[in-house]
Amino acid sequence: MGWKTEWKKLVVIAAVFAGCYWLPIGAARFDNAVIESLQLVKWYAREHVLLCLVPAFFIAGGISVFVSQASIMKYLGARANKVLAYGVASVSGSVLAVCSCTVLPLFAGIYKMGAGLGPATTFLYSGPAINVLAIILTARILGVELGIARGVGAVALSIVIGLLMHLIYRKEELQKAAGQAAMPEPHVRRALWQNAMYFAAMAGILVFANWARSGDIRAVFLCCPGGLSTLSVEGTLVSQNQEQVTIQDVSGKTHQIPANLVQNVQDVEKNSLYSLIYQFRWTIVVLLLVCFAVMLRFWFVRAELLEWVEATWGLTKQMLPLLLLGVFMSGVLLGRPGPGHEGLIPTAWVNAAVGGNSIRANLLAAVAGAFMYFATLTEVPIVQGLMGAGMGKGPALALLLAGPAVSLPSMLVIRSVMGTQKTVVFVTLVIVMATLSGIVFGTFF
Amino acid sequence: MKKIQILGTGCPKCKKLAENAEAAAKDLGIEYSLEKVTQINDIMKFGVMMTPALAIDGQVKTVGKVVSPEDIKKMLS
Repeated sequence: MGWKTEWKKLVVIAAVFAGCYWLPIGAARFDNAVIESLQLVKWYAREHVLLCLVPAFFIAGGISVFVSQASIMKYLGARANKVLAYGVASVSGSVLAVCSCTVLPLFAGIYKMGAGLGPATTFLYSGPAINVLAIILTARILGVELGIARGVGAVALSIVIGLLMHLIYRKEELQKAAGQAAMPEPHVRRALWQNAMYFAAMAGILVFANWARSGDIRAVFLCCPGGLSTLSVEGTLVSQNQEQVTIQDVSGKTHQIPANLVQNVQDVEKNSLYSLIYQFRWTIVVLLLVCFAVMLRFWFVRAELLEWVEATWGLTKQMLPLLLLGVFMSGVLLGRPGPGHEGLIPTAWVNAAVGGNSIRANLLAAVAGAFMYFATLTEVPIVQGLMGAGMGKGPALALLLAGPAVSLPSMLVIRSVMGTQKTVVFVTLVIVMATLSGIVFGTFF
Repeated sequence: MKKIQILGTGCPKCKKLAENAEAAAKDLGIEYSLEKVTQINDIMKFGVMMTPALAIDGQVKTVGKVVSPEDIKKMLS
């Protein structure tokens, strides 16, 4: 037996044993945290997996199979129009970067064989941030506002960061790699409009199946120890008495808010078109499904459909377990939104660190996001937990903008491609820009 | 002796492609060596941006997709 290799295992076993030995079962905070995390996992499974994530995975699978990557890459090649290259690089991430492992080779390729440092950086930044799955989940869980802010913010910031990198290093002439980029021949099996209809039908199903009933009332209440910030809940009033206000929100969750924390309860204005769509949402979904089935039958061959299902299944296998684990961890550490649902980390700490919309809170969120590694999509439950514990909207956006784009492991790979100095400049730019966007967003929303 | 190289940073698709290539070579009963190229700078030397990619005897055959064992057999023979 080699003690040199075995001692590590001994340390691990001893640590696990010590953890079990002193497992704080019975301590209110720990028990509560476990219950909260289980509640949160259940809520995700009930409210988000079937209607939101399953269609989203099918869309992402479709993108990875049916959108020709080569036809996009020609706009990012060595002889590409420079202005166009920035534009294409800033949005193509949603199509090219469905799986995060493809981002780095594409980045290295654009940098060394293609349009150069500027567009490559633009792509590197926007790719992971505007991945379709991430945007859909952000809009669904954290609200449409933050979803849109994340998408728009990522595209705008990516162009700014790319241009700045280009300006900083404009004097440097890069020795282009000798080999011309090898590109697969794009097959054209369908007209562009047919592909567009195919994706539009899927997007429609996703949107209408998730059409939420608008709430009747909105309660604004003080949150967290000391009433450091406010939260609001929208939904139907169940009961209201001297002690507490009970509201059922649009996703069917019941919130009980102690009456002394409630600041006001107001009516929500009804929009008739919105309610009408809600009433007929299943009819619309069924109609779309029928159209979709017809498209699949006439425009696609069997092998393609198999490829599509396989890609969807691959993505699901890769991401769903990690996402649920992320939800669970977020529940244990941060609990659920609302008073009395604390996790292991006291909400007062979160509030002190990233509450409000100060420069410090935004900077802290951006720096934490930049260095932390988030598996694809797990940034969403984590930000949800942080927001429930009192994180401001500005810092939340700062974290979402800095988080998926860079992490410690990806920095190491980026460094091997473009050197230490450029990597440091890039990461600094990301942190500064994410902080600024957070402050702006937090001020206006 | 065929030299099969799988270019990719180690994502699930790259592993799948490596399996398919191995299965194809075994089926044909030829002598082969399989190498996984995982360093980004080495992948770039092949002129490949989209992974996973398959190279046979140093020649890039396919880029950016997982090819079936049947297709790989055609490239090998």
